[in-house]
Amino acid sequence: MSLDMPKFSDLDALYDEAEAKVATSMYEDPALFDAEMEKIFHKTWVWVAHESEFPDKGSFKLSHVGKEPVILVRDRKGAIHCMVNRCRHRAATVCEVKKGKTSSFQCPYHGWGYGLDGSLRALPYPEQYGDDFDKAQHGLLKLRTDSYAGMVFATFNDELEPLSDFLGPVKKWIDLFMKQGGGFPVKVLGEHQFKVPMNWKVQLENTTDAYHFPIVHKSFLQSLDGETEQVFSFLEHGRGFVEDLGNGHSVMVMMPELVDLDENLDAPIPERFSELAEELRGEGYPEDQVKKIVRAVGGAGFNLNLFPNVSFSLSFFRVLRPVTVEETEIRHIALGMEGGPAAANRMRLRLHEHFQGPMGFGSPDDAEVWERVQRGTKGGETLPILVNRGMVDEAEGADGPRGHISAETGMRAAYAMWKRMMSA
Amino acid sequence: MTEMTKIETGATLMEVTAFLWAEADLLDRKDYDPWLALWDGQGTYVMPITEPGEALKSASGYAEALNLCYDGAKMRKDRVARFQAGFSISSAPPAQTVRTVSRIVIEAVEGELIHVRAAETVVEDKFGRQRLFAADMGYVLVSTADGLKIRDKVVRLLNSDGMLTSISYLF
Ligand code: FES
Ligand SMILES: [Fe+2]
Repeated sequence: MSLDMPKFSDLDALYDEAEAKVATSMYEDPALFDAEMEKIFHKTWVWVAHESEFPDKGSFKLSHVGKEPVILVRDRKGAIHCMVNRCRHRAATVCEVKKGKTSSFQCPYHGWGYGLDGSLRALPYPEQYGDDFDKAQHGLLKLRTDSYAGMVFATFNDELEPLSDFLGPVKKWIDLFMKQGGGFPVKVLGEHQFKVPMNWKVQLENTTDAYHFPIVHKSFLQSLDGETEQVFSFLEHGRGFVEDLGNGHSVMVMMPELVDLDENLDAPIPERFSELAEELRGEGYPEDQVKKIVRAVGGAGFNLNLFPNVSFSLSFFRVLRPVTVEETEIRHIALGMEGGPAAANRMRLRLHEHFQGPMGFGSPDDAEVWERVQRGTKGGETLPILVNRGMVDEAEGADGPRGHISAETGMRAAYAMWKRMMSA
Repeated sequence: MTEMTKIETGATLMEVTAFLWAEADLLDRKDYDPWLALWDGQGTYVMPITEPGEALKSASGYAEALNLCYDGAKMRKDRVARFQAGFSISSAPPAQTVRTVSRIVIEAVEGELIHVRAAETVVEDKFGRQRLFAADMGYVLVSTADGLKIRDKVVRLLNSDGMLTSISYLF
């Protein structure tokens, strides 16, 4: 028996790029999972938070980078720090409160105290460490962080390209997505969290999968009024597309008329938002602002899928966290308008609850089919998983290959990046 | 509550207990039409997301927050229709459930309204795996000529603000 770590030298067998075939073991091999944590989640920009989740000096929230628990915090000057939630003495977590405000982090075990920037400030009875104990060498392990449009990313990789380069053409789509603030800053309203017995890549694929929507979400579609059902019948009208944006990222345009929420402000207000419009008028909002808010309230008409762990959809973020090779945690983060009308934010909450989360009309059906994928891969080990849909008429788009709305172009983008990172 | 005699309180507790048990039986059997008929049509069915141990609010107190569900009469009906139509893969078939409702406390009686707290545990089974849920519940029941009705129901899962799993039935 060899003591070597598996090298996965045959990456071509795991993902055959020319044929767009994924090997079954991609969802099942624990050694491959460990390698992914090292070569992907330790090496690239991983989404950790939205700035509105810890807005003030001293605000913090817990998050993860791959399997590693981290703390996001703002220091006294408002600068953002990300550090591993592990005491430098004997490893106890220094914080178990999910979110809050503090002036320092004190380890509960022997009392080592850390500042908001992670530096070791004080420890009880330091004499026993001798005179040459260097506190500067014993701060919490820090990660590099950077933000774009309020989205905070972190990485363990000091050599990695700047976030702005990593995102590339994604940035203009993020700018479009954030227009759903309707003239107000975008803020997090709350989140749904659920775990599913599936590999993380099953989830990565799904946010760029329009093909499943009319099947898996039929019962959601049936619960909509006719006009709204039309809006969500994007596969039927087929005006959208999926485009590879490089670095594993992709965009799936479902409702082209809702790509730029500042446009078409004079389009008639949909029936489902007419009550909200009335309420806003009643509160004294001028007509042009009413139109802007109401147009923004349903969210953006596209899904933006970022490699490896976050996507933007309608009016929420989907964040995935790999737990084990066959378990993944999902968070659906609801977005609202900071300082915007309470009625609009209330509508956002109800729309989010309608589809998302453990009790939504959509997510439980997604979770069921994802689990079915993981169960199905127990049979036919040698059969490939096909992500070749839409290769037939894929053409060059603005920033990369562009396919039919139901094409698996976004999955191919993600798997190509997966392969690039795994072979590094 | 203070104006009620011990005997009246005991009688109310028995009546409320029988009502909640009958409701639990309907829910385990997924007999949703009679369950919808238990409501008086004015209130809300809420599964809130709260910090651990936070005291339950009245149903309307969760309107400005993200909940697992916040269902008025129309959403309750739509939810049941979704379960019954057979197009939702997670609920056709749903997980099988066995539940217990207990630790029933009558908090207050105001006119025809009865404020109740209770505990619920549910074990679900699907694909041969079992999952356990426990919840604090708060009810506002209405005493009517046709017996008790539900005005509002709040069900707060343990770990409501943590990592859950998807749910294909009602609590
Ligand atoms: S483990 Fe933190 S102070 Fe000892
Ligand atoms: Fe879906």
